[in-house]
Amino acid sequence: MIKVEGMTKRYARTVAVDNISFEVEKGRIVGFLGPNGAGKTTTMRVLTCFLPPSGGTAKVAGFDVLEQPLEVKKRIGYLPETPPLYPEMEVVEYLTFVGKLKGIAGSDIKRRVDEVSERCAIADVRNRLVSKLSKGYRQRVGLAQAIIHNPDVLILDEPTAGLDPKQIIETRELIKDLAGSHTIILSTHILSEVEHTCEQVIIINKGRLAAIDSVSNLTARLRGSESIAVEVEGTDGVLNRAEVQGRLERVAGVSAVICKESRDNRCLFEVESLQGYHVRGDLARTVVGAGWNLLELRPIALSLENIFLELTASEQQQTVVAKQ
Amino acid sequence: MRNIFIICRKELKSYFASPIAYLLMAIFAVIFGFFFYSATAIFVVRGMESQMMGRGFPMDVNEWVIRPLLMNASVVGLFLIPMITMRLYAEEKRSGTIELLLTSPVRDVEVIVGKWLAALLLYACVLGISAINIAVLFFYGQPDWKPILVGYLGLLLQGGCLLAIGTFISTLTKNQIIAGGATFAVCLLLWVLDWVTAYETAAWGKVISYLSVVTHFEPFAKGVLDTKDLIFYVSMIFFGLFLTARSMESLRWRA
Repeated sequence: MIKVEGMTKRYARTVAVDNISFEVEKGRIVGFLGPNGAGKTTTMRVLTCFLPPSGGTAKVAGFDVLEQPLEVKKRIGYLPETPPLYPEMEVVEYLTFVGKLKGIAGSDIKRRVDEVSERCAIADVRNRLVSKLSKGYRQRVGLAQAIIHNPDVLILDEPTAGLDPKQIIETRELIKDLAGSHTIILSTHILSEVEHTCEQVIIINKGRLAAIDSVSNLTARLRGSESIAVEVEGTDGVLNRAEVQGRLERVAGVSAVICKESRDNRCLFEVESLQGYHVRGDLARTVVGAGWNLLELRPIALSLENIFLELTASEQQQTVVAKQ
Repeated sequence: MRNIFIICRKELKSYFASPIAYLLMAIFAVIFGFFFYSATAIFVVRGMESQMMGRGFPMDVNEWVIRPLLMNASVVGLFLIPMITMRLYAEEKRSGTIELLLTSPVRDVEVIVGKWLAALLLYACVLGISAINIAVLFFYGQPDWKPILVGYLGLLLQGGCLLAIGTFISTLTKNQIIAGGATFAVCLLLWVLDWVTAYETAAWGKVISYLSVVTHFEPFAKGVLDTKDLIFYVSMIFFGLFLTARSMESLRWRA
C-alpha cells in the first residue's frame, strides 16, 4: 500500500530524513517511532504530498507523490500534529467543508458526517463552535476529518498527544477499530502506544531507519537472555547476603547474580540466565531449601522502552543509561 | 470549478462569522457617507450660487458628485484591501490549517482563485454600501446610470488587482500584521506612482506612471470603458494570482 524507496528530505541546512526505505502492506497498523526531531513528521508530510521529497520515491497505492499527487491525496486521510481546525466554524459545518473538499458527493455528505461523528464520539458537540471545544474533542474532530472520505491510508501524527488517559484508551480503540479496512501509519514518541496498538514498528532516529519489524519480533530479537528478579528474606532475622548470592550463582544456567537492593534481612537480586535455560524452578527450590523465605520471583520483561533506547541512543548516551 | 466554489464559500463564511466583514462595511459606510455629504453639499451650494448669478442650472450630477465620489471610493478601497487579504493565507499558515488545504485533493490554483474570489465578493459587498447613497441621487435627480455602472466596474477591477497582490503578500508570512502592513505599503505606492508625471516627462516616468492603479481608474470614473485600462487590470489580476501560485509552490519546496 505504501512504498518508500531511498527517500531523502533536505531542508536548507539540515537533512531531516536520510535515505529511508520501507513498505507497508494493506490493512496494517504501523507505528512510527522515534525521539523528537527524528524525522517522523517530515516523512509523514512527504507521504501526504505536503512536502516533496528531495530524493528517492514514495508511492501510496501505486501512485507517486510527485507524479500524481491528486490521486495520492484522494486516498489519504491525514491528521497533522495540531488538528487543522477552523475555530470560527461549527463542528458539522467544518466536517461538511472537509468532506466536500475531499470530493464526497453532495448527496452523501450528510450521511458521512453523521457516521464519522458517531464513530469519533463527537455527536454531542456537533453544533458547537470549534473554538469552544476542549483539547480532547478537537483531537477527535481532527480524526473525524481524516476519515470522512473513507481513505485507504490513514496517516496520524501523534494522535493521542494531549489527551487524558481515558481519551487515550478510547482513541487507541478507535484506531484499532479502523484497521483492517484502512492502512494506518501513526507516529508517536510514546512507546506503550505502539505496544498497544501497532502490529509493526518502524523506528527512526536522526532521519535514519533504525529498525523495522513486528512488535513481538523486535522484543524477542533484543532479549538475548532472561533476567529474573528474586527477593529473599532471612527467617531468623539476619540474612547473609554473600551466602545467598553464592548459592544462587551455583544454580545451573545462571550467568550472573547482582544484588540490587538490601534492607534489614531482605535482599533483592537480579539473576541473569543463559539462553535456553529455565532456571526459575531451580532458583525457587534453592532458596526455600536453604530455609529462607522467597518473597518474589518474576521475570523482568525487556520492554519496547529498552529496545528503543538501545536502538536510538548513541554510545555516549548508552553508557549513561547503563550507569543509571 | 466545484472546489473553487467550496473554498470561496468557506472564506466568505469566515469573513461574515467574524467582525471583519461588518467592520469594513461600517468603516466604508462612515467614510463614504462623509464624502457623499460633502460632495452633495458643495454641489447644492455651487448650484445656488450659479442660479443667483443667473446662469441657470447647467451642472451635471455625474460630473460634480458621482465622479469625485467614485475617485474617493477607490482611495478608501486602498486602505480596506489590506484588511481583507491579510488573513487569507497568513492565518492558515499560523493555525496549521494550510496542511489540510495542501493535503486535500484540490489544485493550488483552485484554492487561490477561491480565496481571491471570496475577497472580491466581500469587497463588492463593501462597495455595495455606497449604492445606498447613490440611490438617493436617483431619488432627487436624474443622473445617467451607465457611467455609474462603468465606475463600479472600475472599482471592482481595481479592487481585484490589489486583492490579488494582497493575496500574494499573504502567502509570504505567517504574521497577519506583516501581511497587512506590506500590502498597505504596496497599495499606497501603486496609488501615488502617477505623481512622477508631475516632474518627469522622460519615457521611464511614463512607464512608472502607467503602473499606477489610479491612472487607469480615472477613465472608469468618468464613465469611459477603455480596453487598455481593462487589459491593465485584468493582466495585473493574473499577475498577482500567478505570483501567489508560484509562492505556494515554493512554500512546499522551502518549508
